[in-house]
Amino acid sequence: MAIRVNGRTFEAAPNPGQCLRTFLRELGLHGVKKGCDSGDCGACTVWLDGEPVHSCLVSAVQAERHEITTIEGLADGDNLHPMQEQFLKACAFQCGFCTAGMIMTCAGMNEEQRADLPAAMRGSLCRCTGYRAIEDALNAVTNIDEAPAAGKAVGASVGPADGRGIVTGTAQYTLDHDITGLLHLKVVRSPHAHARVLSIDTSAAKAVPGVVAVYTWEDVPDKLYDTAGHENHLVDPDDTRMLDQVARFIGQRMVAVVAESVGAAEEGCRQVAIEWQELPAVFDPSAAMQPGAPLLHEGSTLDGHLKRPASNILLEFNKSRGDVEAGFAQAHIVHEATYNTPRMAQAPLETHGSVTWIDETGVLQVRTSTQTPFLAQAKLCYLFDLHASEIRLFSKRVGGGFGSKQEVFTEDLCLLATLDTGRPVQWEFTREEEFYGAAPRHPMRVIVKLGALADGTLTAMKMDVTSNTGAYGNHGGEVLYASSNSMTWYRCNNKQYDGRAVYTNNVPSGAMRGYGAVQTTFAIECAIDELASALGIDSLEMRRRNVVVPGDDVGIERSPGDDVLGGYCLDECMELVETAMARGNGVEAPSGDDWRVGSGYAISMFESSPPTEHRSEASVTLLADSTYQVNVGTCEFGNGTTTAQAQFTATALNTTVDRVTVVHGDTAASGWDTGAFASAGLNVAGKAVALAAQALQLKIVNFASRYLGVEPNDCVLGADEVRSGKASVSLVELFAAAEDAGVTLAQARRAYGSPISNGFNVHGVRLAINTTTGDIVFLQVAHAVDAGTVINPMALRGQVEGAVVMGIGGAVTEWFQNGPRGEVLNPGLRMYRIPNFADAPKVEVYVPGTADKFGPFGAKGAGEPPIDPVAPAIANAIADATGVRFRDLPFAPPLIFAALQPTAAAQP
Amino acid sequence: MTDMLVPPAQDLFHDWRDGDTWLAGGTLIFSQPMPHLRRLRDLSDTGWQSITVSEAGLEIAATCGITELHEFKPPEHWRAGPFLRQSVEEYLASFKVWNRQTVGGNICASLPAGPMVTMGAALEAQYKLLAMDGSDRIVPAINFVTGDNTNILQPGELLRSIHLPMASLMRNYTLRRFSLTKHGRSSIYLVGTHDTKSSEILITVSAATIHPVHLRFTGLPSSEQVRKAVDQLIPAKLYFDDPNGTPAHRRHLTYVFAEQIRTELSAS
Ligand SMILES: Cc1cc2nc3c(=O)[nH]c(=O)nc-3n(C[C@H](O)[C@H](O)[C@H](O)COP(=O)(O)OP(=O)(O)OC[C@H]3O[C@@H](n4cnc5c(N)ncnc54)[C@H](O)[C@@H]3O)c2cc1C
Ligand code: FES
Ligand code: FES
Repeated sequence: MAIRVNGRTFEAAPNPGQCLRTFLRELGLHGVKKGCDSGDCGACTVWLDGEPVHSCLVSAVQAERHEITTIEGLADGDNLHPMQEQFLKACAFQCGFCTAGMIMTCAGMNEEQRADLPAAMRGSLCRCTGYRAIEDALNAVTNIDEAPAAGKAVGASVGPADGRGIVTGTAQYTLDHDITGLLHLKVVRSPHAHARVLSIDTSAAKAVPGVVAVYTWEDVPDKLYDTAGHENHLVDPDDTRMLDQVARFIGQRMVAVVAESVGAAEEGCRQVAIEWQELPAVFDPSAAMQPGAPLLHEGSTLDGHLKRPASNILLEFNKSRGDVEAGFAQAHIVHEATYNTPRMAQAPLETHGSVTWIDETGVLQVRTSTQTPFLAQAKLCYLFDLHASEIRLFSKRVGGGFGSKQEVFTEDLCLLATLDTGRPVQWEFTREEEFYGAAPRHPMRVIVKLGALADGTLTAMKMDVTSNTGAYGNHGGEVLYASSNSMTWYRCNNKQYDGRAVYTNNVPSGAMRGYGAVQTTFAIECAIDELASALGIDSLEMRRRNVVVPGDDVGIERSPGDDVLGGYCLDECMELVETAMARGNGVEAPSGDDWRVGSGYAISMFESSPPTEHRSEASVTLLADSTYQVNVGTCEFGNGTTTAQAQFTATALNTTVDRVTVVHGDTAASGWDTGAFASAGLNVAGKAVALAAQALQLKIVNFASRYLGVEPNDCVLGADEVRSGKASVSLVELFAAAEDAGVTLAQARRAYGSPISNGFNVHGVRLAINTTTGDIVFLQVAHAVDAGTVINPMALRGQVEGAVVMGIGGAVTEWFQNGPRGEVLNPGLRMYRIPNFADAPKVEVYVPGTADKFGPFGAKGAGEPPIDPVAPAIANAIADATGVRFRDLPFAPPLIFAALQPTAAAQP
Repeated sequence: MTDMLVPPAQDLFHDWRDGDTWLAGGTLIFSQPMPHLRRLRDLSDTGWQSITVSEAGLEIAATCGITELHEFKPPEHWRAGPFLRQSVEEYLASFKVWNRQTVGGNICASLPAGPMVTMGAALEAQYKLLAMDGSDRIVPAINFVTGDNTNILQPGELLRSIHLPMASLMRNYTLRRFSLTKHGRSSIYLVGTHDTKSSEILITVSAATIHPVHLRFTGLPSSEQVRKAVDQLIPAKLYFDDPNGTPAHRRHLTYVFAEQIRTELSAS
């Protein structure tokens, strides 16, 4: 059939059940993205005869009757469509994965739709921005500084380097390329929460036309490992097999089928017959620790990792200082309560995916959606007994991660199949697989006990954490460790932390923005509020009396640590938010008798680098055309670190950002980098880039001084030349001279995540809650963030807005529901509701801008932690409004109703 | 999926085979895996007139697009006229989905939160169904949906049209809806209509229940009567239990909204 796309006619024959989205991508139109394949996210939006539709819902055969426009066809040659220009100028994206669909939606709206954006924007999801920058784009607001002068990039709102690629749909993400002879991989997932495989019959699957290979536990390397990535792999327990003979949760991958098409691989999966022996299962961590509970990793040889396998305890640890019991004895008041936090899905808009092949020279190539290329490479080397030189792992732009891509979930099986078949193999997660195959936030039960004097001074703090790691360890140990940090921003000489991570037959949990901190910040910041109200002390005043100040130890134990207050502005952050809330914003509660209004606050402190070892090596090179190339291992997934790294380079070398290219996320292109998590992309990799750029500046100046015969101190490096008084030499000439002299004008530097600076977040919220329906409406949201010196104001604002809205998601809209066997009841974006445009309030962002002593250019990475204080501030506001304290997240209307009206809720 | 067929308008059941499925906008069919489907019968070429206004009321073809219904401007004197447009707007799906969806597709999907299901039930529509043997039957909307994603359609049977009687369109109406998130899928959707001549009040409960339920009152009911009707006509097992709401919350809101509708319509 003939199909008209972007004014061109294509001859092609879609299969009858094929949707337009996959068909367009097969035509090479990779700007058409997939976020769900169910009509919920809008990433696949195209126009049919000028009308926006979700191409994943349209039959490719039916589309023949229409004129189709994709993002690639929106611009008029080199002239961008006004909406593309507006998205660029507003910097209305971070990872950019939603952008093509957003632009096609926004550009296709009529006047009436433009007038009611909350309604018109349903079906257009963005997990990164919190939507305000997208609204700015619709209103043609400019948020970026277009061309900061040479040397002035730090502090300017520089837009991302490949912004144009993003708004035109040409920026490449993980699976946006064509590769001939590609095979597709799909897996059979366990229908049982705990069961042993007795036999697997793959004959019917192998007989399906197009199926090339089927792999079971018998075909994978006999190795235990952990899917999580950290510099020191010993912090994670080796308890996982690529394919196991035992299923420990519903959804565990059991068998992999590789075929010529996705459809054949899926059909192959349906034909695999597994004979099971079901085993008893346990889902609640308290029950899992009881004697006689079914054991998940019994007899496992976890070489010292597993603390108490006979109690399903993966890991436990305790920390303390002083004498808490004496502290409680001294207190005038003691508050003790239990707080529960649930699973939460990272839900990056780009699902996980990898493609592997062998290049002409025999080197294995892994192109994948990862936050940690070097760690993933190391993991694969371990699994397949490879040397690092035999395998290259890289990422293109990554469509969001939020922690879920700090793990090896898809790369290993693709590589297994490529090694076996010699052919390229791709595995792309469905949205549903994100809920089973990628690891959500750890649910935690947190018991907090606080003692205080009548004036509010804390005398003792105790926290007891039980973390549900699910069926496997993944990030279970490190997340537990991080959960203790929420005791560090209050000064108190008597502190005790006890925590344990427990195995259960649930979906394993993993890394997510706010890693361990979100859970316990919720508990501590609610508890402080409860204590303040019991004492009749204003909640912010209560905090002022107890927070750490410069000169204080941070950390729970009295032990030498490398945690420091490298720039302090917590007082100022509180002041900024308090003033903003006192000023108000004029938004009133909806009318009606059943609305109550309340305000709440919460604070948090975060470490600006990971607690375990983290290192990065970066280099900066002058090129022949007076531009610079940065090589660094971090990935770009909307965190903005490559832009910040370009800004550091441009400032150190007194040039403009458009003359800096950052080559990133490729094990073949730079020295080691532990990865982009826990703000390390800025604080560690960024520091390495800044140091390398500063060193190169010296090297260029020194070489120029020799060349010109002047003193180095008199030389000034500019964007085009080095000048000393009247003498000058262009960088082009200097480059050539250096080549002749055998000198490379390049420098590399390494950086480490030590010492660890601390930064602050303060959140204030005023909301209305409906006591009949349980509905919550946000009236005002104010957030102060300590990012040290601000490198890029717009990027920072975007990170804060996105993190706060994600926090609102976790507190209110996102309700991860599990059935009695641990099955996920809402594994998709229709039923698991990440915030929509309509759910996302405007966030007032305040930034003190106090320089950090240790970060590059005085900066602290601040993209991750603004999420931490959001949920407790909301809980505190609800308590203020209703007088009822909610200690369990999320605050979904049916749950609020059940607590506010227990009698009605209990009616049989 | 192996095949796609556009049956001729004059013989829609031409060459019917087991495993055939009607394809309207495709937004339900394509939004989920469909290994069990063998062949789609595309309804794009029926040539059916989407919307026909007559003395008797409004005739909507099953293939009428959701966007077409949204843009339809009913005569001003139809008291329930604005409700047609509102029905569409109370929908979780985006306008980009509306651009493909059909009224019949939504009714035949027969989900508890189906806005067209609610509209049909609340306005006491008559559905015309065509059977494979050439016969047809007319059924009241309230009987069409039988549970979550189930209905009375026999294999191959086709929904031809939705007739909204003039008497319903001339009624006063009001509605209450709630979803867990802003513009989310309906957790509960109640519509009340009021015939000022006979003073009959009809409250249609939907989304909260696995299929729509009518609470009909001849004459203005008391609060007590409304509550009793809810208790009698909606046994516990009828409340829908899914990720968009709990049965307890839905029942609670059914009482609250039904009472609000009673008060509001009694005043009209
Ligand atoms: C993002 C999104 C959100 C959604 N939200 C909601 C929601 O809030 N509430 C809700 O109810 N639904 C919702 N849905 C599902 C919705 O019901 C369907 O997508 C849609 O209404 C189907 O209409 P369609 O014309 O595309 O039908 P199709 O997908 O073509 O068909 C739907 C079903 O009806 C059958 N069918 C279609 N027409 C006829 C006919 N004339 N006679 C007999 N059988 C027929 C088909 O065989 C199929 O089984 C949502 C869907 C999406 C994609
Ligand atoms: S991929 Fe089509 S809407 Fe998400
Ligand atoms: S920028 Fe929207 S999803 Fe990442």
